[in-house]
Amino acid sequence: MLLEATQVAIERGDRRLLSGVDLSVTAGEIWQLVGANGVGKTSLLRGLAGVARLGVTGEIRHATAVLYMGHASALKLGLSAVDNLRWHPAGDVTTSAGQICEALSAVNLAGYEYRPVGALSAGQQRRVALARLLLSDAPLWLLDEPFTALDVAGCEWLEACVRGHVNGGGATVFTSHQPSRFGALQQDLDLGQYAV
Amino acid sequence: MTSPADVANPLLFFFMVITLFPLGLGPDPARLATLAPGVLWVVALLASLMVSAKLFASDFEDGSLEQLALAPYPLAVTALAEVSAHWLATGFLLALVSPIFGVMLGLPEEGLLTLLVSLLLGTVCLTLIGALGSALTVNIRRGGLLLSLLIIPLNVPVLIFGTTAVREAVLGGNPESWLALLGGLALGSVVVVPLAIGAALRVSLDS
Amino acid sequence: MWTFIHKLGSPPWFFGFSGTLVRWLLPITVTLLLVGAIWGLLVAPPDFRQGNSYRIIYIHVPAAVVALAGYYVMAFAGAVSLIWRIKMADVTMRAAAPVGAVLTAIALVTGAIWGKPTWGTWWVWDARITSMLILLFLYLGVVALFEAYENKTAAARACAVLSLVGMVNIPIIYKSVDWWYSLHQPASIKFTGESAIDSSMLYPLLLMIVAFYCLFTVTLLLNMRAELVWTHRESGWLKQLVGGS
Repeated sequence: MLLEATQVAIERGDRRLLSGVDLSVTAGEIWQLVGANGVGKTSLLRGLAGVARLGVTGEIRHATAVLYMGHASALKLGLSAVDNLRWHPAGDVTTSAGQICEALSAVNLAGYEYRPVGALSAGQQRRVALARLLLSDAPLWLLDEPFTALDVAGCEWLEACVRGHVNGGGATVFTSHQPSRFGALQQDLDLGQYAV
Repeated sequence: MTSPADVANPLLFFFMVITLFPLGLGPDPARLATLAPGVLWVVALLASLMVSAKLFASDFEDGSLEQLALAPYPLAVTALAEVSAHWLATGFLLALVSPIFGVMLGLPEEGLLTLLVSLLLGTVCLTLIGALGSALTVNIRRGGLLLSLLIIPLNVPVLIFGTTAVREAVLGGNPESWLALLGGLALGSVVVVPLAIGAALRVSLDS
Repeated sequence: MWTFIHKLGSPPWFFGFSGTLVRWLLPITVTLLLVGAIWGLLVAPPDFRQGNSYRIIYIHVPAAVVALAGYYVMAFAGAVSLIWRIKMADVTMRAAAPVGAVLTAIALVTGAIWGKPTWGTWWVWDARITSMLILLFLYLGVVALFEAYENKTAAARACAVLSLVGMVNIPIIYKSVDWWYSLHQPASIKFTGESAIDSSMLYPLLLMIVAFYCLFTVTLLLNMRAELVWTHRESGWLKQLVGGS
């Protein structure tokens, strides 16, 4: 069991968005959080990750380390891609420049390693952020709208990346407006049923 | 904080505003000298206020703060690290160059060293309080003016201790006791304020 | 005791309890204020040096004392809200801030009015008045911060953090302003005699301080009730209460 959430409720201010959400994620699973705009997909994902705590009630337990990617890419525009990826809040992961360059060429950014991230396009910046997936050893990925700003090739790469991660004993929970990217491999959690 | 402009801007601000005072008050050296301790300290306070407003803004906007919140160490520790780096690039440098501006305003030589030391200690408090203000207002649109309202009253003791120390030094009194008070304040702030900053950052992430 | 505290945390119970409390406390407050005012303004003897103008202390001093205490009430409620996450503590903090700010403003204005006959000018950078001004800024900061947040749960927590830092800082601010003043004090406005206040003047003052504490409590409770009515306007218990009466 990588993530166990029971009876989670999400509040924003005085308003309750979701209540009674149950979700348990085991190795090899892909979960997509589904629901209309404003239902609370991002809020729930932030709550599951532990980024937000206020207004999140219920029990959320992670068995393992978590990699969370939000709407914002957490990149410093003045720094190069390599410098950006060298820093990781989990701290204990030590990555060499070789590993980072390898990851960057995997996301098709060979040749951009030492340019300031601010000089790259939105899609390229997103790819730099996604290269973190290759450098992390966290078994549980929580990805908020990971397919935004990516071109077709990028989307395909990300799909393959998530598949590989899951086959290797990891698990992924993500939000997206596009339905069923992973076909039979994925399970949907429809948040509409928990909306208040 | 990587660009040279971020480091240079507060110093430049300090310089520009210091220039305004003789223009506004007249060039009489004796009068400038009596006002110098207060002027130097107030301008340092404003410079620190100006830069601290943006302390956590970029981390918040680009999502780095979310990642820091997931780090295995508490946010207060992260905050202390970030504030220390920020202080080295702003308050520390400001204190180092302050004797030059002191000379420009005709501050007697006896006061220059005390000015430097008082600003070294005082900017620690100013930066920490400014960081708290930034953490509290980072998720608020038009937080700039609000920030001044939040942190200026909290900075009153620092200003009083700092200017009094410099004044005492100029008058040949006893600046050490005031510097000691300032040091105590700095030490206390280093211990207490990061906890508040951590809590404030949590609130900003949650709202 | 614990059940009492637990009950205090429940909005419907608090609403009923505070209603009863206000019903008793409001007449007591009005009586105390009236008696104190008549005693202080009409019965107490005039000051041998300041004549009748000193009588404004019967409003100035109680307002200043209670304004400071109000900040501690607010910060204490903030601490309770941060540690135990009790919503009623949020409401208390939020309701205390404007009441305290108004009391501080009253103390400042009466101080200025007192200053005119005493020192010949409306505003003097006197230690006590300066401290009051800074206290007003501290209150306004909390009020403004609360208004700036759209998410009011987050607003309450942010204000709790701010008011706690303010509470730690207040003694330092007061002490530093005291020192600052004693270093700069010009001889012409040195003013003593407060320590040797005559009991015929002191008793009405003490009465007024008690009256202002009651006034603060009543206003705080009324403010909290207004707050509760607004936040729970959709709740069943409030509709029942309104429908039933």
